[in-house]
Amino acid sequence: MTEIFGVPTQALFGQLLIGLINGSFYALLSLGLAVIFGLLNIINFTHGAQYMMGAFAAWFLLAKLGLGYWWALALAPVAVGVTGVIVERLMLARLYKLDHLYGLLLTFGLALVIQGLFRHEFGSSGLPYAIPKALEGGTNLGFMYLPNYRAWVIFASLVVCLGTWFVIEKTRLGAYLRAATENPELVRAFGINVPRMITLTYGFGVGLAALAGVMAAPIYTVSPQMGADLIIVVFAVVVIGGMGSIMGSIVTGFALGLIEGLTKVFYPEASNTVIFIIMAIVLMIRPAGLFGAAR
Amino acid sequence: MKYKRSLIAAAVAMLAGTAGAQVSDGVVKIGVMNDQSGTYADLAGPGSVVAARMAVEDFGAAKKGMKVDILVADHQNKPDVGSTIARQWFDVDKVDVIMDVPTSSVVLAVNQIAKEKNKALIVSTGATSDLTGKACTPNAIHWTYDTWSLANGTGSAVVKTGGDTWFFLTADYAFGHALERDTEAVVLKNGGKVVGKVRHPFPASDFSSFLLQAQSSKAKVIGLANAGADTTNAIKQGAEFGIVKGGQQFAGLLVFLTDVHALGLDKAQGLLLTEAFYWDLNPQTRAWSERFAKLHKGAKPTMAQAGVYSATLHYLKAVEAAKTDDGPKVIAQMKKMPSEDAAFGKGRVRQDGRHVHDMYLFEVKKPSESKGPWDYYKVRATIPAEQAFRPESEGGCPLVK
Repeated sequence: MTEIFGVPTQALFGQLLIGLINGSFYALLSLGLAVIFGLLNIINFTHGAQYMMGAFAAWFLLAKLGLGYWWALALAPVAVGVTGVIVERLMLARLYKLDHLYGLLLTFGLALVIQGLFRHEFGSSGLPYAIPKALEGGTNLGFMYLPNYRAWVIFASLVVCLGTWFVIEKTRLGAYLRAATENPELVRAFGINVPRMITLTYGFGVGLAALAGVMAAPIYTVSPQMGADLIIVVFAVVVIGGMGSIMGSIVTGFALGLIEGLTKVFYPEASNTVIFIIMAIVLMIRPAGLFGAAR
Repeated sequence: MKYKRSLIAAAVAMLAGTAGAQVSDGVVKIGVMNDQSGTYADLAGPGSVVAARMAVEDFGAAKKGMKVDILVADHQNKPDVGSTIARQWFDVDKVDVIMDVPTSSVVLAVNQIAKEKNKALIVSTGATSDLTGKACTPNAIHWTYDTWSLANGTGSAVVKTGGDTWFFLTADYAFGHALERDTEAVVLKNGGKVVGKVRHPFPASDFSSFLLQAQSSKAKVIGLANAGADTTNAIKQGAEFGIVKGGQQFAGLLVFLTDVHALGLDKAQGLLLTEAFYWDLNPQTRAWSERFAKLHKGAKPTMAQAGVYSATLHYLKAVEAAKTDDGPKVIAQMKKMPSEDAAFGKGRVRQDGRHVHDMYLFEVKKPSESKGPWDYYKVRATIPAEQAFRPESEGGCPLVK
């Protein structure tokens, strides 16, 4: 068997694929962050908590209402998105004129409150959530055993990411959105309801986080701190990709998943720091991020 | 730092120097330090505080005219946070004993401070066997279990049933290293072989990469030298990657009842594990656990929480007998007296600070065997107290002559 740096190539392929799967989550989450930052200029630290709420919503639908995974995939993002809309209307809308820092403090505080409430109610050790029947089992690819569910995660995440990118960059609706962030007064003069558009955008970004949460529920433990563990990495991904760049966050999400996967093979102890090392290097060389334009 | 205090026996404020003649500032202060909000919060956390309060009540502190305060702090599994709390407790708040302390890295840090300040430390949830080995002090007691006893229980049972090649998935900090080291020794002693190991960051959420490495190692047994959410995530994701279907087997080296609860029997069934306590062992444990559950949202106690109860009770008895709350004097008294309570039955504390009692090898029930929530274990073997822990002579503790 051929080897690269002492690791069999077959094992390496497996690890690359795994990296891609983790990258799917990074991409989905950082996409939502990038949309919200790009269009609202809010650094949404509540994103991790909203991801966690998505997973809990899936659990709740199954345990209390008997609605399975596919229902959760459709309903949880909407439900959590609505809570996002409420938060935007009641709180965030008051902060747009102020410094970024206020939005950051508010969303960070909210995240702590939400996590605390969930921990109080559900404890910290997590709740079980099974993989849907249709996606159980897996396929032997020769170099690794790929669970069907993980294959689904890559597929679904790619579709959602590219769909979002398409809507924002290539459609008329997206053009309005981008125009509204550049110059809200002018867009309003054309008869478009800018505040409502902003609210719905935030709701959509939050819905994306919840969607990622539903997809994560069957593979990670559904627990109150699941978002807090992930959000810092996702922020690093957004910073590396360039704040606000949609395609940048998608590509960076997948790429960093791959790099992290490789680190887990060659030097596992560093696997939770490697992303931050890359972030530091990128910030030194390109402060606006790999895909970001300086503002 | 968030910490709150709670008065327990406020009603007996007027004890006026009878029983408490030698008790510093008239109050016995017990500081329960653990993870109140993170990955270890359910297996110890607020439940440990409930257990400590039950011990104060069962000891009858109020009736005996002894004033006992319980303080609570969240060390967030960080040694620096734990050290800061310990110093503040000992120096400013006049805490007499620190209790529970999960997370071995924090245990070892607080152990040093307890020695330096000449106070007492009683560990229930923390696991490292070094606490009664090279790091032992006259100020500390290790109550519930340790990495050696877990390795000895689960490790040897698995090797004897044919699981003779091992791959370790190890949490990358003091606890994981100690558990891996102690288990590896047991595996080798019983004629097994270790074919590989990988150290994962603590805490981690995605184990797929490490599981893949374990899978390609072809080891018969994947030893999980981690705890809490790390263990449940690894087992959950292992099922997804077809680890068990592919003929490999997990050995959960430290699994708590709450972990099995979180996993669900479907995923956890058949798992072998070693614990010091289970609620459904005998009439006493059942009755005690029933009381505990009423005070703790219906959840049955883990061995860590039961250990806090048992240790607090014995500590208070020793304070009464020694007529002082001076750290090393109470610890010495605890070593002199045999221990007995509803949760752990009879036991004793050795010179190296190890509390010895029976340990149990459990197997997780199949969903069809379980009568409902919390009915999860069946006893596979009882490991008698004298064999359950590392012999005093082998730990390298300087207190043992």
